[in-house]
Amino acid sequence: MKILVTAKRVEDPESKIKVKPDGSGIVGEGLKYKINPFDEIAVEESLRLVAKFPGEVVVVSIGGKEVHEQLRHALAMGATRAVWVNHPGALDQMAIAGLLQKVAEKEKPDLAILGKQSIDDDQSQVGQYLAEWLNWSQATFASKVESFESDAEKNKVPALVVSADLKSVRVVREVDGGLNTLDCKLPAVVTTDLRLNQPRYASLPGIMKAKSKPIEELTPATLGVDVTPKLTVTRMSSPPPRKAGIKVPDVATLVSKLKNEAKAF
Amino acid sequence: MNFDLSDEEKSFQATARKFSKDVVRPKAAHFDETSTFPKDIIKAGWELGLMNMTVSLELGGAGLSHFAQVLVAEELAWGCAGVATSMIANDLALLPVILSGSKEQHERFVKPFTEAFKLTSFALTEPSAGSDVAGLTTTARREGDHYIVNGQKQWITNGEYADQFSLFCTTDKAKRHKGLMCLVVEGRPQGLTVGKHENKMGQRASNTVTLTFEDVKVPVKNRIGEEGEGFSIAMATLDNSRPLTAMFAVGIARAALEHSIEYAKSRQQFGKPIADFQAIQFMIADMAKDTHAARLLAYQSACMLDAGQRNTLVSSYGKCFAADTAMRVTTDAVQVFGGYGYSKEYPVEKLMRDAKLVQIYEGTSQVQRLVMARELLKG
Amino acid sequence: MPIVLIVAEAQPDGSIRKATLHALAAGAQLASKVGAELHAVALAKDATALANVVKEYGVKVVHAASAPQFEQYLAETFAPAVAELATSLKAEYVGAAASAMGRDLLPRVAARLKAAMASDVMGFNGDAASLTFVRPMWAGSVIAEVKLSSAVKAFTVRATEFEAAAKAGGGEVKAFTPAAVASPTTFVDFKEVKSARPELTEAKVVVSGGRGTKGDFKEIEALADELGAAVGASRAVCDAGWVPNDLQVGQTGKVVAPKLYVAAGISGAIQHLAGMKGSKVIVAINKDPEAPIFQVADYGLVADLFKALPELREGIKSSK
Repeated sequence: MKILVTAKRVEDPESKIKVKPDGSGIVGEGLKYKINPFDEIAVEESLRLVAKFPGEVVVVSIGGKEVHEQLRHALAMGATRAVWVNHPGALDQMAIAGLLQKVAEKEKPDLAILGKQSIDDDQSQVGQYLAEWLNWSQATFASKVESFESDAEKNKVPALVVSADLKSVRVVREVDGGLNTLDCKLPAVVTTDLRLNQPRYASLPGIMKAKSKPIEELTPATLGVDVTPKLTVTRMSSPPPRKAGIKVPDVATLVSKLKNEAKAF
Repeated sequence: MNFDLSDEEKSFQATARKFSKDVVRPKAAHFDETSTFPKDIIKAGWELGLMNMTVSLELGGAGLSHFAQVLVAEELAWGCAGVATSMIANDLALLPVILSGSKEQHERFVKPFTEAFKLTSFALTEPSAGSDVAGLTTTARREGDHYIVNGQKQWITNGEYADQFSLFCTTDKAKRHKGLMCLVVEGRPQGLTVGKHENKMGQRASNTVTLTFEDVKVPVKNRIGEEGEGFSIAMATLDNSRPLTAMFAVGIARAALEHSIEYAKSRQQFGKPIADFQAIQFMIADMAKDTHAARLLAYQSACMLDAGQRNTLVSSYGKCFAADTAMRVTTDAVQVFGGYGYSKEYPVEKLMRDAKLVQIYEGTSQVQRLVMARELLKG
Repeated sequence: MPIVLIVAEAQPDGSIRKATLHALAAGAQLASKVGAELHAVALAKDATALANVVKEYGVKVVHAASAPQFEQYLAETFAPAVAELATSLKAEYVGAAASAMGRDLLPRVAARLKAAMASDVMGFNGDAASLTFVRPMWAGSVIAEVKLSSAVKAFTVRATEFEAAAKAGGGEVKAFTPAAVASPTTFVDFKEVKSARPELTEAKVVVSGGRGTKGDFKEIEALADELGAAVGASRAVCDAGWVPNDLQVGQTGKVVAPKLYVAAGISGAIQHLAGMKGSKVIVAINKDPEAPIFQVADYGLVADLFKALPELREGIKSSK
């Protein structure tokens, strides 16, 4: 089985994100980066599937040379080889999906597994754009039914249930109010939700093996994709600062404030 | 001189840090309170490759540098010094065999510990011989192709869970240093009794026991090096382990520093965060400065090992300074927390109790000063 | 005149999903900014019921397509239909609530229309020439204004940022028949998950009780049930044996950071604050106006919790 999986480079969620005073972007100084947590879950799921259906896990990342860090992390987890689409500039979701489409058409995987969203832009779109442009089945927000304490999780059983003939996959998705199960013909695009699995660590032997795994370099030009953005961020600002607390005179005021001001329910 | 970590070193550090944060730290208070052995955690660390890092590739290790290992040591100790000691004491115990054993002994006594999760123990200290290593009285009497060993060992880490011991004994007490010998004791031979786990002030997750040898037969082919070479083997081992012990202290100190900074920013007295008061600011500044200085000394002593240089002086600087720093930093951390620091509900009193041991084991801070003075004043 | 097209969504029982009303309000706001008409689309096995509800909410035209393949929602069948309609209407804006369906569907619609998309929109700025979509990034640490330069612009709407549309005169319902599409995906089932109380550290809302409850957690639990919240407790209450220890929020208990934390009868000692000060919104209810908890609370109510909690529960229930 061949699986294509993404490893986007994002700001470490524990970093404090601050907006530049002129609103043109975020302050880069002091920021740490890591693999998009949802993509890490995608890599883990891919490794579990390939343990069951021997084959390749091809991890892809888009950006400047610094994304090698994320590719090496995925390789250290156990991915087979990596593809680096070298483009240091900003990219919107259409450009990313366009590039991934070309990589998928080149690699011809049985499954493309992506994080449901990346924790920097939180757009949650690329998987779906990719599925449409490849004319593949899509199953977003893939989740797991058993708890993380279950034997299935301890034994690294894949949550995505691929049929023995590699023709379809059954996916359980987290939706409003419950769980939705879909059967998707392969090849398909699956996007991962938080509760799909617990990603393994990059063991030290894994880190060392990753050094000799190949990273293929491609560019938007060699892939024939126009990455001119159709989405631009014109301004960034900080959310309103935490106001000093107030005392409310009665319950009715509290309810109104919670609903309309705090949007708490 | 480049002070940056390589990409690979950053990856090792990241894995160790994540393991420490997600697996070790959440359980640290529990193992401290119950003084129980975190076997599953240690096994998980072994599976990630955080033990036996510097053992050669041929022997199933990772063949990594001492520098890479000290990076990992700091992260593990940051999570819990008791856990770090348990894991690294294993590596320490293999050192005499690796440094001075024959190829055949490497196969017999090192390989089993890289192939499967098992622990070894370093048995040097005795009830009446701590700093005075040469004064140890566990005797080994040669009888044909065996030694008969009699004596007692004290404060032996991992003893209860070890499958193998690197034992230091003497064939002639009168010869002091020149009588020492290193033997590998396998399993639980007849006559070896493991005592009960000590009720310690700190590093309580670390298993610490006495060992009693009563006419224990150990094959001569288990001897590492020659009779009389035991002292130099022990000292060479300690040169290798001092950077690691120093980094335990750095990890403990860093944890204490981070807790103190977070607390100082949130605790309010006299209408403002205590971080606004100079008394606290000065304490935090000194804590951070000394912790980093200790780290750099430990880094250098590890790099010297990697460069094949004799690191006795620098590693002694590092171990002594780091241990004394950790004691100071953790004491100040409790002070920053005030009354809450004195309570077991908060994590800093454990750090203070853990730090104390680093000033004592692997050569007390006093012995380190003797080592340093000797190096500086000789010749 | 340009058109804003909003995808209406039904719940499993066929009734309109409330989030759609918020999406329609957003659509109306957008339409007025850019001088457009507000349209909606409803797809179902029999879409007339849904369409008839939607038309009452300030929508000019509700386009309804009824077909067996729309009985269960699938992106592979809904997206082509919505895209086909959008193209035939020359709709410039296509949106939906950021519900699970909206988030699954709209990007596929956008892809089909080669439209750029802004997810989880909180507001709109500017006019037709200078329109930007306001949306959160980095989990809300940053509020961004986003310009979409494709011919068609897609978006999903964060329901809590727009008050639900009010009934506003009848629009008309027009039936349409989209081309049938074979789907490589099959719907297997939908299992409703009735949440038992959520896990404390993962809950979006936590209601905690302290010494002021004197061990009587009935009102705490009732409010928690109304809010779908987890129940927490201060150390004093756990130490006294009034509630199990695993409810303890605090330094030695659990650390929580929910969207809403309600502390009732809790004084706010530093050990407790350590466990909940990361909460997005903190409400404190305490008889003692000097209680330290009021220093961290966004909203403080000096009251007897046994009176205030049932009132609060009723107030929330009726405003839902």
